[in-house]
Amino acid sequence: MKGFWHDAAEFFPILMNGVALTIIVTIGSLLLSTVLGLIWAMMRVSGIKALSMLSASLINVIRGIPIIVLLFYLYFVMPDLGVTLSALQAAILGLGIAYSAYQAENFRAGIEAIDKGQIEAAQSIGMGWWLTMRRVVLPQAVRIVLPPYGNVMIMMLKDSSQASTITVAELALQGKLIASSTFKNTNVFTLVALMYLTMSIPLILLVRHFEKRAGKK
Amino acid sequence: MIELTDVHKSFGEVEVLKGITANVEKGEVVCIIGPSGSGKSTILRCINGLESYDRGDISVEGLKVDRDAPSIVNIRTQVSMVFQRFNLFPHRTVLENVVEGPLFVKKEPRPQVLERGRALLAQVGLAEKADAHPPQLSGGQQQRVAIARALAMQPKAILFDEPTSALDPELVGDVLGVMRKLADDGMTMVVVTHEMGFARDVADRVLFIDGGVIVEQGPAKTLLNQPQHPRTQDFLRRVLHPL
Repeated sequence: MKGFWHDAAEFFPILMNGVALTIIVTIGSLLLSTVLGLIWAMMRVSGIKALSMLSASLINVIRGIPIIVLLFYLYFVMPDLGVTLSALQAAILGLGIAYSAYQAENFRAGIEAIDKGQIEAAQSIGMGWWLTMRRVVLPQAVRIVLPPYGNVMIMMLKDSSQASTITVAELALQGKLIASSTFKNTNVFTLVALMYLTMSIPLILLVRHFEKRAGKK
Repeated sequence: MIELTDVHKSFGEVEVLKGITANVEKGEVVCIIGPSGSGKSTILRCINGLESYDRGDISVEGLKVDRDAPSIVNIRTQVSMVFQRFNLFPHRTVLENVVEGPLFVKKEPRPQVLERGRALLAQVGLAEKADAHPPQLSGGQQQRVAIARALAMQPKAILFDEPTSALDPELVGDVLGVMRKLADDGMTMVVVTHEMGFARDVADRVLFIDGGVIVEQGPAKTLLNQPQHPRTQDFLRRVLHPL
């Protein structure tokens, strides 16, 4: 145990560099997946058949490809097509696209859970599609969508470790590098696990808060 | 003002409107009565384009009702709707519900709209509830807010779709009172209702609908007191003397 704390003190600063990248990848891909997910969801509920089918197929293609393959594709294949991305860019883009499919399905479920009477009331005072979405449907859907959204945040935080496969030196990769040079596998990976857990706990509490709020009404 | 000519409407295989021809004059109060599933609500929903119709013609002040045309917004801002289940926006306050349309659809200046919104809430007896949220109100209060919301659009006519059917019996009177005052003030109203007392006292004309057709129509008192058609007689007997 004493050895653990000693190692922890020594490796912590290096691992914190990894934490910074983990947070950047998580927040970057969270924002991207949110925006893309909203776009897919809006296309899905637009009532325009071509848009809705396009979005449904996109979602299925994205869902059917493992994140790691998506990352390899962006990082190793895109340069052959003339698009060179940095490892960090590829990681954010890959995770963002991969998770946009889940975000979209979540948003769509939230939008479709809104009572049809709400939409009719909006239409009856002359609101068009977009105004109905913006003023009536989306503000109410947010409440429903937030708890699963929080869960996606937790999953993305952990899945950001997959960026290590394309050389992004985030927490997991930093740990692996230290472990392979010091052979202190147990202490290093225990520390890495504890650091992921520490970052997850606030998110877990946030989800609980969302769930309580959503359950109120 | 509102004209329906030979309107047909089917849901899948079921034809719910089988050629409805009727008109509503400016300032007139028309009640539509009839058994459930007879197509009463569908008529209202077709008039402001919440539902499409298959055949025939509906126009409001000469403007054809076509829910896929841009002109539908124009029609909806002139013909307001009050729903059976109120359909207030639960995430907004009572006052915000009332001013939503004028502010965001008609883009009227905020100070005037807010002032009008408060005046309308006072008119329906809910001035002190302006900052409450709809779920905090009783059904009767919510329906009166919904009427204020409809009035805030400064419509030429209001369609009421069974406005008291979802209310506890002791709350029905408040809502009917507000509606009666509107009628006295000359508002054009089309009311789908089971409140025969309201129809008798307030309506100028009553349409009795059954099986998607207008079986009988006439001045309210005549139709309700001396129905001519056996189906009207049968329906009124069941509604007025259920035991």
